[in-house]
Amino acid sequence: MLLISCPWCGQRDESEFTCGGEAHILRPADPDALSDPEWADYLFMRTNPKGRHRERWCHTHGCGRWFNMERDTATHDIVSVYRMGEAPPDDRDGNSS
Amino acid sequence: MTRYSIFRLARNALAYRPNWPRAWRSPDPRPAYDVVIVGGGGHGLATAYYLAKEHGVSNIAVLEKGWLGGGNTGRNTTIIRSNYLWDESAHLYEKALQLYEGLSRELNFNIMLSQRGVLNLAHNEHDLKEMSRRVRAIRLNGIDSEMLDPQGVKAEVPVINISRQVRYPILGASLQRRGGVARHDAVAWGFARAADARGVDIVQNCEVTGLDVVNSRVRGLRTSRGTIAARKVGLVAAGHSSVLAAMAGLRLPIESHPLQAMVSEPIKPVLNSVVMSNTVHVYLSQSDKGELVIGAGIDGYNSYAQRGSFQIIEGQMGALLELFPSFSRLRMLRQWGGIVDVCPDASPIVGKTPVEGLYINCGWGTGGFKATPGSGWAFAHTIAQDRPHALNAPFTLERFSTGALIDEHGAAAVAH
Repeated sequence: MLLISCPWCGQRDESEFTCGGEAHILRPADPDALSDPEWADYLFMRTNPKGRHRERWCHTHGCGRWFNMERDTATHDIVSVYRMGEAPPDDRDGNSS
Repeated sequence: MTRYSIFRLARNALAYRPNWPRAWRSPDPRPAYDVVIVGGGGHGLATAYYLAKEHGVSNIAVLEKGWLGGGNTGRNTTIIRSNYLWDESAHLYEKALQLYEGLSRELNFNIMLSQRGVLNLAHNEHDLKEMSRRVRAIRLNGIDSEMLDPQGVKAEVPVINISRQVRYPILGASLQRRGGVARHDAVAWGFARAADARGVDIVQNCEVTGLDVVNSRVRGLRTSRGTIAARKVGLVAAGHSSVLAAMAGLRLPIESHPLQAMVSEPIKPVLNSVVMSNTVHVYLSQSDKGELVIGAGIDGYNSYAQRGSFQIIEGQMGALLELFPSFSRLRMLRQWGGIVDVCPDASPIVGKTPVEGLYINCGWGTGGFKATPGSGWAFAHTIAQDRPHALNAPFTLERFSTGALIDEHGAAAVAH
């Protein structure tokens, strides 16, 4: 079981949380201009990397708030937790992952 | 190929030095093949077998990064059924079930198919209505299916609790009598042995590290055992489908999730059917060794680690005891995880890709084992003819652009 640091509540068991999938998928600015394959890419296609993955989580059985997490999908190591709207810590440091 | 028979078994049993030759060769990869299948699980081996048998393709390699059937083929709960709601799924899974019914004889390898019946339980009014609709849809497709009332369930599964005094009482069930289980390893081994006998090179411990794509056409593969040229490449590597597709610059609508299963200590025969419940979410059968083989749903997060979290199996145990309170003191012997491809519509992708000569077979979610021969059969046709068979034509990658999804969430009798 993962031990997750909610940005508001601190460390809690994974069973209190819900994973919301890949983060930083932006809703298209001009939906009318999108082709069908572009819609498919937005709605369905996912990066699904083996390694570092940025994803959304919700503290469902706690404060109920959403946040972002960067986690390694091969090791389950949690790299960082950051709030909605914030840039990933790696990007702020000028690193790329 | 040495033919297995009762006489050979008797001769070897009596021989001072039994002579059982290796079931398949272990060749080094050649520099070029007509078709390379990436992934030596059941689906990949079945694809190679049917390519050789049905389409006369002789120059085939199957590349496996680990050992044969060491991925999801060896990690599933071995359930076989074809009780799907939608026509597209029903036809594909029924083809697989029909192939399973003749597979031991065809492969000359006992896959231990046991058509002991699969029950899907209903726990509320909605379940019953949905089930009634599904049973009729399945019968319209010519597939056996029937409804049972609680007493009918009790008659099939005497150990089950049909009391109304529980939170999720059993109100009925659908039953597919032709459903059941098979020995999962034997399916992989049988296909491997039969494909090898037809000249297919099965190369284990050979990891694909890159795909060579020139002008939108596949040219070959880079592997841990050297570069291999190929006219056609089929990707059949559930769990790692997105990783392989990315090597050709493709994105898939797939997320990789852990799916956990476990077996109990062996006990005397107590359960003669496969029992599945979508509502409390557990499914189980009893193996020939006496162990209860128990599975449930996926972990919620993406993972490639072949393990999951404890609360998932805790929920699975809770569901098990809701149905079978008498199992409460049963100890669990082993627990494991596999990585499954989860598709947005809970249906597989079997077909061509935008890259010429590159084909993909993925997205089977938590229920790929039951489809193994049908999947290989249809995928072999797709690769050999460069166009899908009618059976897998609806299961394209393009359906996510056209919107023609095949939504089997829930409709597939148990959640994926």
